[in-house]
Amino acid sequence: MTPMQKLLQLPVNAVNIVKTVQAQAQEEARSPVLTPDSIQQNWYSAVQPEELRNLKVAGTGGGDSEERAPLEEGVTSAQTQPLRHDDLKEMLDSNKDSLKLEAMKRIVAMIARGKNASDLFPAVVKNVACKNIEVKKLVYVYLVRYAEEQQDLALLSISTFQRGLKDPNQLIRASALRVLSSIRVTIIVPIMMLAIKEAASDMSPYVRKTAAHAIPKLYSLDPEQKDQLIEVIEKLLADKTTLVAGSVVMAFEEVCPERIDLIHKNYRKLCNLLIDVEEWGQVVIINMLTRYARTQFLNPNVNESLLEESGEKAFYGSDDEEGKEEKAEAAALAKRKPYVMDPDHRLLLRNTKPLLQSRNAAVVMAVAQLYFHLAPKAEVGVIAKALVRLMRSHSEVQYVVLQNVATMTIKRRGMFEPYLKSFYIRSTDPTQIKILKLEVLTNLANETNISTILREFQTYIKSMDKDFVAATIQAIGRCATNIGEVRDTCLNGLVQLLSNRDELVVAESVVVIKKLLQMQPEQHSDIIKHMAKLTDNIQVPMARASILWLIGEYCEHVPKIAPDVLRKMAKTFTNEEDIVKLQIINLAAKLYLTNSKQTKLLTQYVLNLAKYDQNYDIRDRARFIRQLIVPTDKSGALSKYAKKLFLALKPAPVLESPFKDRDHFQLGSLSHLLNAKAGGYQELPDWPETAPDPSVRNVEVPEWTKCSSREKRKEKKVEKPFYSDSEEESGPTESADSESDSASGSGSGSESEESGSGSESEESREESESEQEDKEDEEDKRKKKKKTDRGKVKAPAVESPESEESSGAEEKNRAQKVKGRRSGSESESEEEEESESESSRSESESESESESDTDAKKKKKAPVTKPPPKQAKKESKKEKKEMSLLDLDDFEPTPSPQVTPVNNFLSSSLVTDLEGLSLTDTVMAPTTIAPSGSVKTYELLHRITGEGLGVEYCFSRQPFSPDAHMVAVQIMFTNNTNAETKNLHVEDPKLQSGMRIKEFPEIELLPPGEMVTVVMGIDFCDSTQAANFQLCTHIRKFFVSIQPPVGELMMPVFMTENEFKKEQGQLMGMNEISEKLTLGEKCQNEHGIVQRVTSAANVSRVPCGSDKECRFAGKTVSSGILVLVTVATKEERAAQLTVNCEKMVIGTMLVKDILQALTQ
Amino acid sequence: MIHSLFLINSSSDIFLEKHWKSVISRSVCDYFFEVQEKAGEAENVPPVIHAGHHYLINIYREKIFFVSVIQSEVPPLFVIEFLHHVAETFQDYFGECSESAIKDNVVIVYELLEEMLDNGFPLATESNILKELIKPPNILRSVVNSITGSCNVGETLPTGQLSTIPWRRAGVKYTNNEAYFDVVEEIDAILDKTGSVVFAEIQGVIDACVNLTGMPDLTLSFMNPRLLDDVSFHPCVRFKRWESERVLSFIPPDGNFRLLSYHVSAQNLVAIPIYVKQNISFFETGSSGRLDITVGPKQTMGKTVEAVFVTINMPKVVLSANLTATQGNYTYNPVTKTLVWDIGKLSQQKLPNLKGSLTLQCGAPKPEESPSLNIDLKIQQLAISGLKVNRLDMYGEKYKPFKGVKYVSKAGKFQCMAITIWLYIFTNKENSHLKC
Repeated sequence: MTPMQKLLQLPVNAVNIVKTVQAQAQEEARSPVLTPDSIQQNWYSAVQPEELRNLKVAGTGGGDSEERAPLEEGVTSAQTQPLRHDDLKEMLDSNKDSLKLEAMKRIVAMIARGKNASDLFPAVVKNVACKNIEVKKLVYVYLVRYAEEQQDLALLSISTFQRGLKDPNQLIRASALRVLSSIRVTIIVPIMMLAIKEAASDMSPYVRKTAAHAIPKLYSLDPEQKDQLIEVIEKLLADKTTLVAGSVVMAFEEVCPERIDLIHKNYRKLCNLLIDVEEWGQVVIINMLTRYARTQFLNPNVNESLLEESGEKAFYGSDDEEGKEEKAEAAALAKRKPYVMDPDHRLLLRNTKPLLQSRNAAVVMAVAQLYFHLAPKAEVGVIAKALVRLMRSHSEVQYVVLQNVATMTIKRRGMFEPYLKSFYIRSTDPTQIKILKLEVLTNLANETNISTILREFQTYIKSMDKDFVAATIQAIGRCATNIGEVRDTCLNGLVQLLSNRDELVVAESVVVIKKLLQMQPEQHSDIIKHMAKLTDNIQVPMARASILWLIGEYCEHVPKIAPDVLRKMAKTFTNEEDIVKLQIINLAAKLYLTNSKQTKLLTQYVLNLAKYDQNYDIRDRARFIRQLIVPTDKSGALSKYAKKLFLALKPAPVLESPFKDRDHFQLGSLSHLLNAKAGGYQELPDWPETAPDPSVRNVEVPEWTKCSSREKRKEKKVEKPFYSDSEEESGPTESADSESDSASGSGSGSESEESGSGSESEESREESESEQEDKEDEEDKRKKKKKTDRGKVKAPAVESPESEESSGAEEKNRAQKVKGRRSGSESESEEEEESESESSRSESESESESESDTDAKKKKKAPVTKPPPKQAKKESKKEKKEMSLLDLDDFEPTPSPQVTPVNNFLSSSLVTDLEGLSLTDTVMAPTTIAPSGSVKTYELLHRITGEGLGVEYCFSRQPFSPDAHMVAVQIMFTNNTNAETKNLHVEDPKLQSGMRIKEFPEIELLPPGEMVTVVMGIDFCDSTQAANFQLCTHIRKFFVSIQPPVGELMMPVFMTENEFKKEQGQLMGMNEISEKLTLGEKCQNEHGIVQRVTSAANVSRVPCGSDKECRFAGKTVSSGILVLVTVATKEERAAQLTVNCEKMVIGTMLVKDILQALTQ
Repeated sequence: MIHSLFLINSSSDIFLEKHWKSVISRSVCDYFFEVQEKAGEAENVPPVIHAGHHYLINIYREKIFFVSVIQSEVPPLFVIEFLHHVAETFQDYFGECSESAIKDNVVIVYELLEEMLDNGFPLATESNILKELIKPPNILRSVVNSITGSCNVGETLPTGQLSTIPWRRAGVKYTNNEAYFDVVEEIDAILDKTGSVVFAEIQGVIDACVNLTGMPDLTLSFMNPRLLDDVSFHPCVRFKRWESERVLSFIPPDGNFRLLSYHVSAQNLVAIPIYVKQNISFFETGSSGRLDITVGPKQTMGKTVEAVFVTINMPKVVLSANLTATQGNYTYNPVTKTLVWDIGKLSQQKLPNLKGSLTLQCGAPKPEESPSLNIDLKIQQLAISGLKVNRLDMYGEKYKPFKGVKYVSKAGKFQCMAITIWLYIFTNKENSHLKC
């Protein structure tokens, strides 16, 4: 006996019970009308052996039974049906397995065709104990299908399964559980519950898997069991085998998707198991983890989230517009909390990435949506390739993928741009695929690729598929509205289409043209005229209506044609469609208002016709308009405003993608596809403001935790209750919190050591943040420190009055600051304000400076100055001033801003000195040094390539007044030819998206041998990407590009030592880059270092207590991100360079540059 | 997840239904029929249909609609992929996935569906496991079964379901140990009228047929793995090895399977093996047209291009075609309006040409669009991307297997687009202003 056969062995008595019950049931089943049945049965049993054998031979294949099916259907008399079933019952009752099998096969075939076989239930159910496996399996099929209808009888089979549950063979246990749980009989709920509980702790993972499958079955049968089932799910979630993972997560999703807390402890395990789980399980797990991550981690794009409309993919461009005024606040907010990705978040992204290579489209899609919803912007790109690959799959897969791609392309256009051609349409594609591809192509269109896309569209217009052509025309319309450059081209192309023979094409074009014309009607009266002519031919109502509307709306552009059109339409009024009639009335009203002399009678006529129209809308409209426009003695107050009502300027329609804003549904979900919430859809939660405690994911036995030191650190914390207490929060908030703690701690501490203790505690936090260090002794030290800090911080509200009393005003100030930070806002803005006021002061000072240097000198509080460079500067400035004055004399028309910056340049650097000095609140000697006077100039255009025109540029390092977010670039033109150069100006800038250029005003004349200097502003978006543009003279154009060194992308920020430390404390970990170096010959002393650094980058010195360290601060011009530089000197010439910057790329490049400057 | 499945044939008969949860009336399919009618052609039926309280997700394969009923949120691709998997399993079992095959084997189909889904969630989908559970029918077995009354259901338990490598069953034995790999590449291309390439890419697959005893561990390496730009693997392939060493290391499933499908990186220029010169024009008067097509080999790397077919979907007004082919023969189906020219082998010396006139419907306006050409071709013993298998090593077993690699290149979606005159006007108009 095989184990399988053992499974369904019924105890003998059970079989007997079944038999008797069955006999009764049979009797019941026979209706009194069909009494002859019994006779027939007798007759049947008499001839049974031969007959049945014949039957059997005839009916070996399923095909035969199929052939009989129509026969059976054809007869459909109540008399034949039971007869057939009797025959089946007979076979089921026989002793031969082959007969039973044959009967079961026929019954299953009946079920498959959807025929009712429920009256055979008693006969079938007793075969649950049959030894033949196939019979048994088919009996299961039958049982699962009909048990719900015949609950009492179904109960008889239960004991078989209960026995099976105890079988030593795991597969039999599993199979028994599977069938038992599939029988939807409410009465056995307790039995099922028991069985599931038992199976959930079974030794065999396969049985546990089956238990997981059984959970949703039981839940749907009896939702009251939820609490108990959740317990089982919790238990199974802890399972460590891949076999169970997928099934239990499925159960979790069906039963208690809201209990996200159950996932915490299993999160890391699930991430690590994921790759080995079977495909279907992967999909479910990934979708669940997406939701989980949304509740537990911080938005990796927090800095960009407010600016996402820009649809930018480049790392650099990611916050390109941050500088804009309206976003400045958001940027400041973002900056306050430097984003550090939770290692668990990273773990998820890392472990799902390989699954993009899965052969299963559903898995690929699941990963894609995970990346789309969770990954930092820069990393989302990886999914594009995989999604494009899916486009090769079945058309249904394509359909779903394209829907999702369409949504993605709206948010992240750049991602799919390289794959543009993969979305080209083939004539063999089904229409629905074509239209989706068109949607994607339209979304991808931008200035650079529009010409290729339009060319592609042109071929589509010729397609035989008219729906598709109509969609293409609309797509062209959308491209035209989105991309101004091609609007005219598109419009002209569409006008061409008006002469197309196909009416549908013409009609669609008219509708789109109407929308386009609405944007700039003045220039296109000829097109309107052309369209007016079309009214004779076009019959499509929508198109006719559109034309009429256009003529009415812009009747003043076509004063002659409009009345004529109205005349024609009045003639055909009665035969028009409703929508056209309404527009005729509309046109009549508008014409009456503008040109009543010519159209008065026509209007009356039309209104009269409309008055007796069948459609009440039209009658209503006619009545309404008549009252409104025709002046009568009792016309109301409104008629005065008729003109305003009808001829108001209407905003042009915005042609939007139907996929806009669809991404609030989780991508890849059914709800997203339908753009409507499907039953059971779990909303994708918004990112939390602050990260929930990540330690909940810690597990006692970190077997599979790969995630390194950070975690170890946490585990240690868990062991030390006090410690963990003090750091409930972690991640970014942790740093922010402890920040304020330490600050307030130092504030309330002893006055004399104030600054010292502050820095110390901060250093300690530095250590705690750096993830490598987990030596015991350090740990202890830190702990002690934390303890002390903690002690001080406790109940700050109580202590603050004391501290106010005891300490000076400065401390009060500080306490307030701390409070501000506590409340989770402002503090940064305070600083911002401060710096702003500083900068404004600097400006004002710079003005006064330019008036007189001596004034500025007086302002200096501190005595230490560097006279020699000052002198030099003064001289050079004078020289320049002279020169520029000369220029001014020569070229009167040149606006002054071009010249004044030259004046400002040095003076502002002087002011920076002043700033540094005056604002330092510590006692130590201010040693701020101005950036060295020698400004590096770069060549823009060599005089040979420029045919005598030489152009150089340098970064003048002063704020560009027209736009504070632009880097000022000073450009020096030299005319080396003998001829005059005229009309020097910038043309056709080719910029990375987000970059902006403020061109210098055109130089009208540059005489031979002369030189002129202008200033232009470039917003590089904090990237070192070159800005390309054309430099045009009256005869030639030169392609030039300006590439900024990273150091020029920033401007100095003035801060005190404490502020510096505070900021540095927030920019740890990933945001910190340090490098060891050996100082070069010339910069062994402090002065040398400062000079080198300030020449490499536009940063200002921050005063520092120790002479071993030089600190500098700056912020990027475009987005105002803080850049902190520290050079710590050690013995010999060794030194360590540290750069803290939220933007890692800037940080890295800056380190490289400064390193080079210092080592030379 | 998946509540029920209905199989519907082209004449809108529901010929099979299976429910995994409670029974859903087949009247739910009325929604489907409604949409189907609206869509017209089968391929235009949207895969997801909202039907009252249910959602219908369907696929269309081999003239059968697989319509699944869903009651709550589920990733649509999950269901679509699963349905395709079902269709492939049928294909695997019965040799074809047709209505008649399913009807003939309705019991096996039912048993398969029962095993593949449990409560609507996939349970055993790996074909090796299924074959252990339910034996595929073959002639011999059906004869034996009819005589002895034994059955199709496997006597053994599906041990594969328990193993960590569910795709391979234990205790496989062969007398001839063989492993064959077919590298099949398809060229997708769009050519414009002049024959220049608008878009071309290569998609390839490696299909394997592995009949090896025991638990072999295979390693397949390529001469030029860098060619493979985007790959997707059978679950048996160890992804980490591929990432680090660019070799395919795997314990193969038994029998036929698709090891890998790949995409050749776009940087590599795609060599288009043939060129097509086409000229199809319609006359303004006389309701006739002319057709002239020449096909010739190009960049075939010394291999012959075989089985060349040119398929043209003619505009509706084309009644008949009177053409002469210098090679192969052509057929024109006036109902579907498709012209098929079966060329066969392409030779260097004599370029096949198809030339003649087309008869149009009388009085109908001349069609605006020139039809596009679809081309089928085959090149044996060549992977058009240049991909080459370096070697195959086997570990874990002692015997020496017979190894073979075959390369085939085919045309995938290979299309010659006609450039339209509108394009010319369109670009021309960019500069000049419209005179009206």
